[in-house]
Amino acid sequence: MARYLLGRIASAIFVIWFVVTMTFFLMHSIPGGPFSTDKVLPPQIMANINERYHLKDPFLKQYIDYLKNIVQFNFGPTYRYQGRTVNDLIKEGLPKSATLGLLAAVIAVVFGTGMGVVAALRQNKAADYFVTFLATIGVSVPSFVIATLLQYYLGFKAHLFPPIGWGELKYMMMPAIALSAYPVAQITRLTRASMLDVLNQDYIRTARSKGLPGYVIVFKHAIRNALIPLLTFFGPFFAYILTGNFVVEYVFNIPGIGRSFVTSIGNRDYPVIMGTTILFATLLVTFNLLVDIAYTIVDPRIKLTGQKGV
Amino acid sequence: MSLDSDSFSPLPKATKAEGINRSSTTWRQDACKRFRLNPLAMGGLIILSLIIIFAIMGPSLSHFDYRSNDLQLTLLPPNWVHPFGTDELGRDIMTRTMYGARISLLIGFGSVLINLTIGIFYGGISGYLGGRIDNLMQRLIDIIFSIPDLLYVILLMVTLGAGLQNIFIVLGIVNWVPMARIVRGQILALREQDFVLAARALGASTSRILMKHLVPNSIGQIIVIATLQIPAAIFMESFLSFIGLGVQAPLVSLGYMVSEGRVDIPSYPFVLFFPAIIIAILMLAFNFMGDGLRDAFDPKMRK
Repeated sequence: MARYLLGRIASAIFVIWFVVTMTFFLMHSIPGGPFSTDKVLPPQIMANINERYHLKDPFLKQYIDYLKNIVQFNFGPTYRYQGRTVNDLIKEGLPKSATLGLLAAVIAVVFGTGMGVVAALRQNKAADYFVTFLATIGVSVPSFVIATLLQYYLGFKAHLFPPIGWGELKYMMMPAIALSAYPVAQITRLTRASMLDVLNQDYIRTARSKGLPGYVIVFKHAIRNALIPLLTFFGPFFAYILTGNFVVEYVFNIPGIGRSFVTSIGNRDYPVIMGTTILFATLLVTFNLLVDIAYTIVDPRIKLTGQKGV
Repeated sequence: MSLDSDSFSPLPKATKAEGINRSSTTWRQDACKRFRLNPLAMGGLIILSLIIIFAIMGPSLSHFDYRSNDLQLTLLPPNWVHPFGTDELGRDIMTRTMYGARISLLIGFGSVLINLTIGIFYGGISGYLGGRIDNLMQRLIDIIFSIPDLLYVILLMVTLGAGLQNIFIVLGIVNWVPMARIVRGQILALREQDFVLAARALGASTSRILMKHLVPNSIGQIIVIATLQIPAAIFMESFLSFIGLGVQAPLVSLGYMVSEGRVDIPSYPFVLFFPAIIIAILMLAFNFMGDGLRDAFDPKMRK
């Protein structure tokens, strides 16, 4: 176990280094500096800017300096906002994005498993078809369309929720629903399939022949086992919530990390692009590591022998 | 007791008690038949064909051009002349949707063709050679796989710059990983089988075994993944267009139209409605078809 863990941590660090290096080289291979605009600046000012952001340092020195800073979680200054650092942006944005992501995750898990279980118990009945239909819509409509439609119908038309901005819970509801649409659909499909599988197993028949009431069978015997395969979805799920934030925060104008990422692309604010990418990669790699460890605790049948989970 | 030859007479030739009565079906006929019997998959195929016809034939039948504006007829709601209405610049939304669908489909098919090629080569070589090379190639895949592809796509698009050609390149070089994984898995399972040994014993070269024996045998899986990756590519392109990294005006894709329509939504929801519906229907059609193909190619589903 310890050896496996060490190996996994080492490979996680390697992955993060790979992302840092790739991001750095990609961002530095873009022709033209970040400050080259149509407006010609006086040479003295350009020299000062280059001095300030170390843009004329040798390439290798810039890379090593950047690596050193990353190790200390210092993502450097932004090019766009005077006197602010990427760390400031992350510090302001991340809690909002994390709250939104968490809310979306709760919605996704509660509704996804709930609908999946109902569909499986009512297989080939109206409820099942309805749930399957909803799930199909959820996977096939892009999140920005869902977000925009929610904003229009629930925000502008019905005035149920404020259509834009950030604040207390009522501001979070629509973005969270938009963000969770796809995961809800996926979790529903997975739960339904896995429930159907479990319900056909012998031990469920045994429980039934013992005369146990239906709800005991469903809650005590079926659901617990049906949910184990769902763990495999948590890695991609987390990745989806991370990147899904780009769209949803952009549409609802939420000052989170996703919106600042999208804005930084438009602004060509390279340190923000790099910092956010590296942050996301680190979060994701760490999360996947935790999920893999969680597997072994939940299902002892899974052995940790070298091969890597997703 | 004696038996003479008179007691025995041959049975009439016509009765074939143990003959094969049904004509044998090839694997492909079998798959086609199963696909045809699946209503969702067939529905997907029909709708997809209709959208493709709409995208290819439509613009030449339309009286309007996707890029010429008419500022006297801006933001008209759907009517007989403009069935989908007109946008902010008075352009016919139906014609634009046709062009947009054309570009989106082109990106879907084109980029999947690229990552199909890369994926088959990468997965094929990795799976067939095995050993240390396979291990090394798989580590690389693990690294790429552990980061959401959207991040790579955005980074590469920022580096290369927005535009149709770059979208092809970026989606093509990013999305090959799932394909390579599937191909490798198939090849690993197939290469131990006797027909490969026989081919090798007959002196077939590695590339011949790969291209003539192993890849054709995994073609079912490859087609399924490709069908499911096309909507993923269209999805990604529309996302890129949405955040301004996709196709550039005057070119138009479905995602681009949605992001344009978003601005007008409080007063003119129809600008967004039609391209959004077409994207959703495209996704559905491809997904149903992909699921149907998977069932059709899966020998376990045989009845």
